[in-house]
Amino acid sequence: MDFSTFLQQLVNGISLGSMYALIAIGYTMVYGTLRLINFAHGDIMMVGAFFVYLASSMGLPFPLAVLAGITGSVLVGIMTDKIAYKPLREAPKISLLITAIGISFFLENLFNVLFGGVPKAFPAPEYLTTSFKLGEVILPLMVIVIPIVTVLILGGVLWVLYKTKYGMAIRALAFDIPTVKLMGVNADYIISIVFGLGSALAAVGGIFYAISYPSIDPLMGIIVGLKAFAAAVLGGIGSVTGAVLGGFILGFTEIFVVAMFPDLGGYKDAFAFFFLIFVLLLRPTGIMGEDLDRGRF
Amino acid sequence: MLKVENLEVYYGVIAAVRGIDLHVEKNNIVTLIGANGAGKTSTLNALVNSIKKKGKVTANRVDITKLPTHKVIQDGIALVPEGRRIFVNLTVDENLRMGAFNNERFEVLKEEMYQQFPRLSGKKEQMGGTLSGGEQQMLAIARALMSEPRLLMLDEPSLGLAPKIIGELFETITELKKKITILLVEQNAFAALKIADYGYVLENGSITLEGNATDLLGNDEVRKKYLGG
Repeated sequence: MDFSTFLQQLVNGISLGSMYALIAIGYTMVYGTLRLINFAHGDIMMVGAFFVYLASSMGLPFPLAVLAGITGSVLVGIMTDKIAYKPLREAPKISLLITAIGISFFLENLFNVLFGGVPKAFPAPEYLTTSFKLGEVILPLMVIVIPIVTVLILGGVLWVLYKTKYGMAIRALAFDIPTVKLMGVNADYIISIVFGLGSALAAVGGIFYAISYPSIDPLMGIIVGLKAFAAAVLGGIGSVTGAVLGGFILGFTEIFVVAMFPDLGGYKDAFAFFFLIFVLLLRPTGIMGEDLDRGRF
Repeated sequence: MLKVENLEVYYGVIAAVRGIDLHVEKNNIVTLIGANGAGKTSTLNALVNSIKKKGKVTANRVDITKLPTHKVIQDGIALVPEGRRIFVNLTVDENLRMGAFNNERFEVLKEEMYQQFPRLSGKKEQMGGTLSGGEQQMLAIARALMSEPRLLMLDEPSLGLAPKIIGELFETITELKKKITILLVEQNAFAALKIADYGYVLENGSITLEGNATDLLGNDEVRKKYLGG
């Protein structure tokens, strides 16, 4: 591989890793607070992309459509918690998990009924799909935009978690929900913030994904969601920085496996999960994860 | 201040608290003593609706029986839970801030707490989990006081602490009486009755004895069962 190819693959890896990271944060935050692997989270990403599509086809300019997409995802994310998970707060964790899988199927099939299963062209505006040449390297604009936005968002999430009282409550909730209530805090409200925040990031990830691979379908969230989940576990579930790290590692691995062994391109997904298994054998709590029962961000 | 009528708590079909009445007068220390498993912790948890209950609870003539936990706390009642329940992954400063989550006066209150509990003031940025047992108990009390409660309920504050620390702790609790009302749940009956105004003895979920703390200290049955002869 020559240097320019390497550079090309590097930016591709950063860009793909960013998308995984954005979605992985939602997995890790919900797990951190409720000890729930929210399997419907990958579908929230799809919901975000579809709401943008819908808003755009109703004539809204793209930036407003993006806003509508994020808002829609946040509402759907909070509603899944209120309707499906909240009644099960005291139930065994396995009931929550099964419910999450049910919600995932529900969302996929709902959007299948509403929009049909045929992939739709994503209405990305031209100014976002341009590319420019840097020496030998062709850089799509999104490859630059995605990592920058991701870093800004990560900074924002860490700021919320460590500098605001709501973030402090989220961190406290990860450790001890009954005691948070004893502080006079409405824990359900804080949990809604967690779902809202995670869903917003998933929507952004979904929109990035849809712009980069410019078609959307109701099942697009499954494999991306699973990989983002793998990224969260790889980084240490419960840890936001771990989720971002895991996302980037997975993104790079995938891109470079394909670049170095084009014959194995069909196995890229398998390789990502193989890598996850390998890391978990060495470090069962993931890279940044420590005490799973303690929950940390 | 606090009036509890016919409180019952069940875990499935097993009764933990079997219809008890409690009265806590303003600016008093009232203690609820009893052996392990008598229903003391269940009583406190039921009062703040952390667990399900039957009966009626009135605080300052307001019915708080059915309020969700966070509303009971916002109504001026604070509970220092059994085992202190410090947020181990938050700093001392953040633990105090959590206590005043809905209180905009938190900066002023924090300074007051650091003055009242000087041992915490040198450890503001330290994680709650790194404190010693005695320090954690002080922090748990300070955190509860951050909501400026009218009624402070303490669940086994002496549990697992060295005798010298227990002495210090009970002095602190006595000091608090000047400002607020206290409901103290203790296994350490002697220490509790010494600082209390009134006491209840809980056995198998029922009140078997109640009276002025000094009377209970002199009571033969109490002496035999709880004060080691």
